[in-house]
Amino acid sequence: MGALREFTKGFSDQLPPFRLVLGLCPTLAVTTSASNGIGMGLATTFVLTFSNILVSLLRNIIPAKVRIACYIVLIATFVVTVELLLKAFFFPLYQRLGIFVALIVVNCIILGRAEAFASKNGILYSTLDGLGIGLGFTLSLTFLASIRELLGYGTIFGIKVMGQGFEPFRFFIKAPGAFVTLGILLYLMNYFRSLKEKGKI
Amino acid sequence: MDYIILIINAMLINNILLAQYLGNCPFLGVSKQMDTALGMGGAVIFVITLASLITWSINQWFLIPLKLEYIRTLVFILVIASLVQFIEIFMKKTMETLYRALGIFLPLITTNCAVLGVALLCVKNEYTFNQMLAFSVASAVGYSFALVIFAGIRERYRIAEIPKSLQDTAIGLITAGFMSLAFLGFKGMVH
Repeated sequence: MGALREFTKGFSDQLPPFRLVLGLCPTLAVTTSASNGIGMGLATTFVLTFSNILVSLLRNIIPAKVRIACYIVLIATFVVTVELLLKAFFFPLYQRLGIFVALIVVNCIILGRAEAFASKNGILYSTLDGLGIGLGFTLSLTFLASIRELLGYGTIFGIKVMGQGFEPFRFFIKAPGAFVTLGILLYLMNYFRSLKEKGKI
Repeated sequence: MDYIILIINAMLINNILLAQYLGNCPFLGVSKQMDTALGMGGAVIFVITLASLITWSINQWFLIPLKLEYIRTLVFILVIASLVQFIEIFMKKTMETLYRALGIFLPLITTNCAVLGVALLCVKNEYTFNQMLAFSVASAVGYSFALVIFAGIRERYRIAEIPKSLQDTAIGLITAGFMSLAFLGFKGMVH
């Protein structure tokens, strides 16, 4: 039961970036199309899961004083791995994501999970935590990206959804659209949570 | 003339914060008060310039000749993390007043993706030494500029009535969106 809970919390009360307001830069930057969102999310999940596993395995060896530096080295190693894998097998995606692949290394979600969770828990829980939070992040990115792609181009995953008369609203693809869409989504999430707490739903 | 365009471009048109989405976490975190925003802005200008200078040199003189470009990310983040640590110790020993003003912001900067982002952009755009210097200073100044304006707007929110669900991050993001819209207007300056 406990293990399942570690996995599902990434989708419910710790859903990044809405509940765990971390990792905003990739969230805003790459969500111009649903396929970018899913690609970025899965790349982050990969790094997060493996860094959690290693941090958890090495948690009794790493000296407390230099732990942050050690975590950064571990995370950076997996980021380099992802970079090389993407370059080899998904080159168009790699080009679209640009410097944001390398910037996974400074995504605060990953360092945050290493520090707050993996350094204190066993390998099974840490793996599930990494997978859960990572897939939750992927889900949020894909959702946000789908909204922006739908309004900005009238498509989702490149498939035309809107009818003939739809005029693409380019604002949502540009930077301001990213900030405003995420802000409004965050507002809606808070609003529904407050309704739930009052017992109205 | 090329340098003027490069600087205006980095500072206003492609503002790293509002157009390239770099360094958003500290942006939303420390921008509630004007003086913390100013402190953070100063620290960012200082660190970005130094970090770009060092990472660019390492890339040019070590990684490229040794054909080690594929571990660039790893090397850059290590350099930035140790640089920030070093600056902190150095400032504490020699520049008391500056340390008291900027000190607490330094550890935060390691996870500020603007620093690594600017360093990577310098390499990606294949800038020469002078271009790199102009680009990183202009980017950092642009970042601080946006941060200070944003803090000014946010200070006013304290006396405004904002719905409970919209407070803090949500209204911050929407404000950033409209600032970003305003910054898009600078695109007309260069054709």
